[in-house]
Formats: sequence, structure tokens, C-alpha cells
Amino acid sequence: MTTKELEYADYRDKLKCSFEQIEDCFDDYMKDALRNLTNKGVEDYLSGASLVCMIGRGWEPVSIYLEEMPQMAKRVGEPILEIVSRHVWDMSRSPNGKAIPPFMQCLPEASRRLGTLEQMQHFFDILFDMLDKTTTSVHGHHKTHSSQGFLILLEQIPFLLSQLSLEGLKNWIEYGVHNYHNHPERQKDYFALQSADSKAMLQRERHGTLYMDNERKLDMYMRSMWQQEEYFVPYSLGFDEMRKPQPYYDSLGMRVPDVYDDLNGVRGINRYRITLAHMAGHKRWTDRQIADNLSPFQRVAVEAFEDSRIEQLIIREYPGLKKYFLALHPKPIEGDCDSVKESCVRHRLAMLSRAILDENHGYQNPDILEYLEKFWNALKDSESSTREMLDLAISFTAKTRRQTDLSPRVRFENTEVNYRDDNRHMWIFIEENDEAEDDTSEPQSKETIEPDGLPPRHYHEWDYNTSSYKPDWVTLYESLHAPGNASEIDKILEKHAALANYLKRILDLLKPQYYVRQRYQEEGSELDLDVAIRSLIDLKSGSQPDPRINMNHRHDGRDFAVLLLMDLSASLHDIPDGCTQSILELSREAVTLLGWSIEQLGDKFAIAGFHSDTRHNVRYHHIKGFTEHWDDGVKARLAAIEAGFSTRMGAAVRHASHYLENQKADKKLLLILTDGEPADIDVADEKLLIEDTHKAVDELSSKGIYTHCISLDKKADDYIQDIFGASGYSVIDNVEKLPEKLPLLFTALTS
Amino acid sequence: MSDQDIEQYKITKEPFYKIQHNEVTLYEAAYDARLPVMIKGPTGCGKSRFIEHMAYKLGKPLITVACNEDMTASDLVGRYLLDANGTRWLDGPLTTAARIGAICYLDEIVEARQDTTVVIHPLTDHRRTLPLDKKGELIEAHPDFQLVISYNPGYQSMMKDLKQSTKQRFTGLNFDYPDSKVETAIVTKEAGINEEAAAKLVKIAHTARHLKGHGLDEGISTRLLVYAATLMNKGIDAKEACHMALVNPITDDKDIRSTLVHSIDTIFG
Repeated sequence: MTTKELEYADYRDKLKCSFEQIEDCFDDYMKDALRNLTNKGVEDYLSGASLVCMIGRGWEPVSIYLEEMPQMAKRVGEPILEIVSRHVWDMSRSPNGKAIPPFMQCLPEASRRLGTLEQMQHFFDILFDMLDKTTTSVHGHHKTHSSQGFLILLEQIPFLLSQLSLEGLKNWIEYGVHNYHNHPERQKDYFALQSADSKAMLQRERHGTLYMDNERKLDMYMRSMWQQEEYFVPYSLGFDEMRKPQPYYDSLGMRVPDVYDDLNGVRGINRYRITLAHMAGHKRWTDRQIADNLSPFQRVAVEAFEDSRIEQLIIREYPGLKKYFLALHPKPIEGDCDSVKESCVRHRLAMLSRAILDENHGYQNPDILEYLEKFWNALKDSESSTREMLDLAISFTAKTRRQTDLSPRVRFENTEVNYRDDNRHMWIFIEENDEAEDDTSEPQSKETIEPDGLPPRHYHEWDYNTSSYKPDWVTLYESLHAPGNASEIDKILEKHAALANYLKRILDLLKPQYYVRQRYQEEGSELDLDVAIRSLIDLKSGSQPDPRINMNHRHDGRDFAVLLLMDLSASLHDIPDGCTQSILELSREAVTLLGWSIEQLGDKFAIAGFHSDTRHNVRYHHIKGFTEHWDDGVKARLAAIEAGFSTRMGAAVRHASHYLENQKADKKLLLILTDGEPADIDVADEKLLIEDTHKAVDELSSKGIYTHCISLDKKADDYIQDIFGASGYSVIDNVEKLPEKLPLLFTALTS
Repeated sequence: MSDQDIEQYKITKEPFYKIQHNEVTLYEAAYDARLPVMIKGPTGCGKSRFIEHMAYKLGKPLITVACNEDMTASDLVGRYLLDANGTRWLDGPLTTAARIGAICYLDEIVEARQDTTVVIHPLTDHRRTLPLDKKGELIEAHPDFQLVISYNPGYQSMMKDLKQSTKQRFTGLNFDYPDSKVETAIVTKEAGINEEAAAKLVKIAHTARHLKGHGLDEGISTRLLVYAATLMNKGIDAKEACHMALVNPITDDKDIRSTLVHSIDTIFG
């Protein structure tokens, strides 16, 4: 027995574990451990492994521990040895013992991604917090049911870490735990990245430059620099690991990735712009070519030549883009590809493409240099053409052809130009459409179905529990309210003729007095003769004259935009105590009077109604727009309003605000007429929608829109102040008085 | 009678103006018949410069009034002022122009309120008179007098438009930013920079002008290009000069800024 073996035997004694498999590889483990760990580390390593062994979950966890921990400890520090074994031990004492092997498996990748002990600690905190919250019990205090999502989550960890920062991971997990902790099936879907909101959440938490955040910039970029109006369709790089999608464009629009990380010092937004510039260049300069006569290799070559030509033309137009192309284009190393063993088609083309872009390429290959010169000759004084590139490419392919080109082992390293599209737009395939007989085009159906509303809009909803928005949570449909009988509204006005007259008197006082005289001005448009004479007398009599002898005229106009948002939930059918009419009827009368009086004032005024049937169906009814007058169309719609469903107010408020935002007015007012608190049948937590509405009101006020709520709910005091603030609401106890109160309240608010 | 000094309104040095189409011929014909002229076009495209140029060419005095919302009829016509002996009448610019036979140029007329602009009506039709009702005087316009107004039809709201009755008293000239070549020549001449840099500036302006209506109320004007070129002439780095003269003044929208900054970056290389 040598000293070394003795040494190992010594270590073997310290590892209290009796699996047979250990004996085969123990020496290897120890070699690795001794190379990577300090003496103390080796001690911890062995005692940790003993602990993992003791849990009685078979050989697998132990083997992973023995295999991976030395490397990991070297990477992030030796305390990790004990931390991991401790966590494994804890898990084995809980119903989640099954999760131990996947837990061990995800660790190496996690430590590679996270890199420091501190990050790993956070990572464990996040994981075990999740585990704790999703492990449930049926009776009593002891947790008896294992976590449904944890196993699935562990499988996703490597992918998640490649997409998210640790903070993003935390938010993503917490969102799932919070929303699905008592719903095992949905929890599984969420953590397996199957459900829509799980993907949406992931998108939101991702790093890099998101397409969604920059859509407008890119739109402007295309418009200003390329004079092209494009429809962009983002695709995700996150879910398709096997087939890396590439940008492309066709008649439906330009496909771009949904996120770009910074690369080689080029910021994400500029990568988007480069990608778009390249596609825009194709659109401007590329002619379509017939593909059928060309072999795949020839086509690849044509595409490469054409791409280079486009880039040169772009650089001519915008020389500043060259530095970005240079930074993003791969630099194939000459001689890197062995043409005996692998196919160098892509490698050669990438070299040529690099050489075209970069004068300091330093390549010696005579073919490359020859075609480089030919390329420059073609582009010397003209834009050249796709056809010319095609000829050049075909001769290049012929000249550089090697036996191994057909080999399935194609060298891809350093050949992918990530800002180029896949050039599908360049080719015309004749073959496919050759069989003229079978006309596959669908007979055009004459009846196109008219959508009876605008396309749905999605709105965030505020979750006070997590202090974050649930992305695109609520779906809102806007439509024109079906019309009824306009004369009913006129009847209402007749019925309230006395009140209308009274209102008219008040409104006359409110009407803008377009000219207001401002007297006693030192500077003004006109001389105020009375004051001037008085001053002159003063002056002549030797006393100090008043210098303020001018007067001015001043505009004193009203510049309001008001949107009245009516709650049309089912409770409006109620007939309040002591009344003969339902709240709906009273509201209609009130709104009629208000609409009529605002028309008299000439303020900008719109009316809309809303109700909701779960978050998937919030209905927003257009009754009167800002530009519409108080005419029969509006009256007919108002006459037909119906009550039904619930009150998901936040989304409706957000939707209304986007109309108000676009109004040009000094003061903007959103008036909400409601009979109860925000609620919906798919929300159990009463406070949730109240908080969401409060948040929506905050959003509005930050946009300069003032919100005022008129509540008909006598018990509104409990919650209404939380939503609209101390002065942002009025409660009308006596509902019957509503038709009278509402216009007065409005005048009070706006004078 | 006027004790006004006509000479102060004369333009003594020829203002640089590059003819774009036939606007000079058209204007001369209109002046010959003393027809009122309205000049429309985006800001900074050379409307005021054109009028100066024409006034110089015709050798007539030019009185310019920059209109604003607070302007009243008496700011145009005149008003009584106080002095030691009582009140004294002071002619407004319009009255002065009518007396001395100047070209009266009301710049950005729609900025003034519609009821103010009505006072110009009697001067713009066959009457060619200006009644000063406060003073009890009726001025016959000098034979050389001509009225010119300018406005920018682009950015104004519905509220700021001329009354039909005002519009229909004028002949109209439409101005727009000159085409690339002419604009390059203008920037080169006006700021004295080389043609290559001027061409690049014009290119930047074109990228911005495509954004008009998509977040920008107005594109980058020729005037701003001249500013940028002037800054470059003072030794400022081209990109910095562009940021200062072309980006910062026209927008606060950060998406547009980012787009413009990128276009400057790519055009100046």
C-alpha cells in the first residue's frame, strides 16, 4: 500500500456511507476534491456527503454531491458544501423528499450562472421560500402534502436562470406562488411554463432590451430613416431552443426577436435598429430571384453576397452604421476550418463577408481576395444589382467547391451573422405553384363578418398583495351601445322642465364671459379714460398721480373636457327604499339633464358605460363621444342603456383615461357614477379591486386628469375614500334627488 | 401727417435668399397690383426672409409685427397715451405702414385672436382705407402700401385658424422646406460651412421631417440647420452641435430623441 492509497483510505473512513458504488469512483472524487479544496474544505466535503448519505434516498443524491461539489465549492466558496448538505437534510425531513435529486441536479448550472456565494444564498432563499409556501397540509399544523410545483420548478431552473436575473426569478416565482398556491393543477402549469400568464410574467421579468418597451422607437426609426411603415411581429427566443428563429420579413410584416441583450458593446436598441436597417435595405435594393435553378449551396452564397451588397449600400447612406456592423459581424479565423474533415461552405462565405466589411481582415486566401476585388468592382460606381451578385456568387461557389462541402458536419462557429434575416423574401419558387389545375385558393366568402366593436384591449391590474401589476390581466371590449328610442330622452327633459329651467339660469352664470375688463393696469391695451383724467388732475394739482391708467381685456373662457363613466352593473336594477324608479332610470334621467346642460355650456363632454363579467370580459359602451353633439343618436343610445353583470372599475377607468388624455383641454375630469364598490365574480378578495381602482385613479392624476366619483351607495364611506381620496367623491344619499344633484354637482366642480 | 422716420424701416443690406421656384415673379406681380399676400409654410422655412428679400428688392420699407394672443386691435392701429399736456395719439404699426407706404408684414397672424385681425379688413379690399374710430380719422392708404401675412397651417388647432372672411382677402403663396440641393446650398452659404457637412445636416433634417405627425409637431427647420452649422463653425463637434441645435429644441419625447440621436450618429459616422 502506497502512502497515497493510505491517505485515501483515511478519507474513506471519514465518509460514513456504505453504498457499494462508492468504492469504484472514490479515488477520482478524492483527487478532484484535493485539487480544488482546502483541508478544511475536504473535511466539510466528506461530512456533507455523509449527511446526504444518511437521508436514505438512495445513491443518486450522494453521487451528485460527491461529483459536483468540489467544482462548485471552488467556484463560489467552500461554505456552499455545508449549506447544500444542510438543505438536503432539511428536505428529507419534509414531505418533499422526492425533490432532492432534481434539486441536486440544478445546482451546478445555478452556481455557474450565479457565480458567488451570496447569490447562491439568495437563490436558496427564493427556492425554499417557495417550497415552504406551496407545501400544504390538510389537517393541523404539520405540512403533509408535498409541493406540486417545486419539482417542476427545479426542472425549469437552468432555463429560467438563462432568461432572468435573480430578482426576476424571485418575482416570477412569487407571482406563481401567490396566485396559485391553493390550486395544484394550475400551479403545475405555471411552473412548467405552460400557462399564458406564466409566459407573460417571464417576458416581463426578462433582461435585455425588450421589443415591447421600444416599439415606438423602432417605428420612428423605420419612418424617419427608411421611410417605411412596417408592421412588426416579435417572436420569442425563449421557447424554441432547438431551432433558433431568425428575423425575417414577408408580406405580413417584419419578425424581430422580442428581446436583444447587449452584445459586443452594441446596445440592445441599436441591435434592433441594425436588424431593421438590414431588412429595410433588402426592401429597398433587393430584387427577387428565381430559386429553382440554383442548388442550396449556390443559394446560400447568393444570399451572402447580396447581404454584403445591402450592407455596403446602407453604409453609403449612413456611414455611422459601419461600426455596429463590424462589432456584430463574426470574425472567422482563417484556417480554422479543416476542409478535409468538415464542410467549410459557411466558413468561407463568412470570411468573405467579413473581408468586405473590414478592411483590416488580414486574410490571405487567394479566392477570398479575388472575389473581394470582384465585389468591389461591381459596386464601384453603382448600386450593382441582385442579379450581378447572383452571378458572382455562382462563380464563387464553382471556384471554391471542395469535396467535403457535402459533408453533414458543417462548421457553424463564427459564421452566424445575427442581425441578418433569413432572406426568404429573395426567392421565387416556381415549382410549388406549377400545378395550375388545382386551384387551392379558398373561394372568397362574400359576407365578411362585421365585428360589432373594436378589437379587445388589455389592461394591467394592480395587485396590492405583491405591489405589482399583473400584466395584461383584464380584457376590455369597447363597442357602440345599441340604440333605443331617442324620444324617451326628450320626454325626460319635458318631465324635468322646471328643473331644466332652473339649471339654465345657473348655467348662464357659468358661461364664459369672453371679455373681462381688467382696470388699473400700468401696461394695457387701452387707456382707461376715467382713471387717466383723475391722474391728470392729480398731476396738474401737484400730487402724485396714479400710474395705473390703462386697462386690459382678458379672456375668461372655460376649457374643460369631461368624461362621464356610468357603472352599468346589475345592481342598478334595484329600486331604492322610498323610490318608485330604479337606480338605472334615475341615473338615466340624471345623465340626460347633465348632458343637456353641458351641451348648453359647450364644454367637451363624453359619456360611456361599463360593466364586467370576469376579467376576460369587461364591456365598455360608447354612448357619446367628445365630438358628437347632443343629438338623436346619442339620445337613442342613452335611452337603451341596460344594467347587468359586475363592476370591474379599474380597467374601465384606464380605458376612459386614454380618451381623456388625447383631449386638448386645460382641465380634464373623469366623472364616475356608480352605485357600489368595485367587484367582480372572479375576485374573492374584496380589497383587490378597490386597491386596483385606487391605483388607476392615481395613474390618472399623474396624467393630469382629475377624477370625481358620485356614489349612490349609502355605505360608500367605508371604502370610497380609499379609492378617490378625501375630496374626490360625493355620496348622494337620496337617490331620488340624483337628476337634480348631478348637474349642480358638475357646475360646482367646474366653476 | 406722420413724423415717422421712413428710413429706419428700409432694408439696407441685401438679405440672402435662394429662389426656389417662381415665387419672386408671383410676388412682384401681386405687389404691382398691391394685392394682399398670404404666405403659408412650416416654421423656419424662409417666409420672413423672403419678405425681407422682396422689400429690399422693391426698395420699400418693411414693418414687421409679430402677432401674439394678447395682441389687441389697438396694438395694431394705435392708441392714446398720456403726456404732460393731456393725451397724445400714437400710431400703431399698421397705421404707420399705411401712412408711409410700407409693406406691413403680420408674422404668424393666427396667433392673434380672430376679432383682432378683423381691423385689417378695410385695408385689404378695394377701399384701402383704415378708419381710426377712436381718433375720428380715416386714413387713405399710401399707394405703396401692401399687406402681407404669414402663418403656419401645420400645428395650429381648430381654434387658431383664420376666418374665411379674412382668408378670402388674400392671394396665397405656399412655402415648404426647399429640396435637398437648394437647402444644402442655403446652409452652406448662410453659415459658411463646407457642402459635405451641410448635406449631412440636411439629411438629418429629412429623417426628422418624416416623423412629423408621429410625435413631432414640426420637423427640423432650415433655420435650425443653419444654427447647427454655425455651431460647427465655432469649432463644436458635429454631433454635439446637432444635439444642441437640432434635437433639444424640437422635442422632449425621449423616444424621438433617441431616434434622432441615432440618426445623427449614423449620418455623421
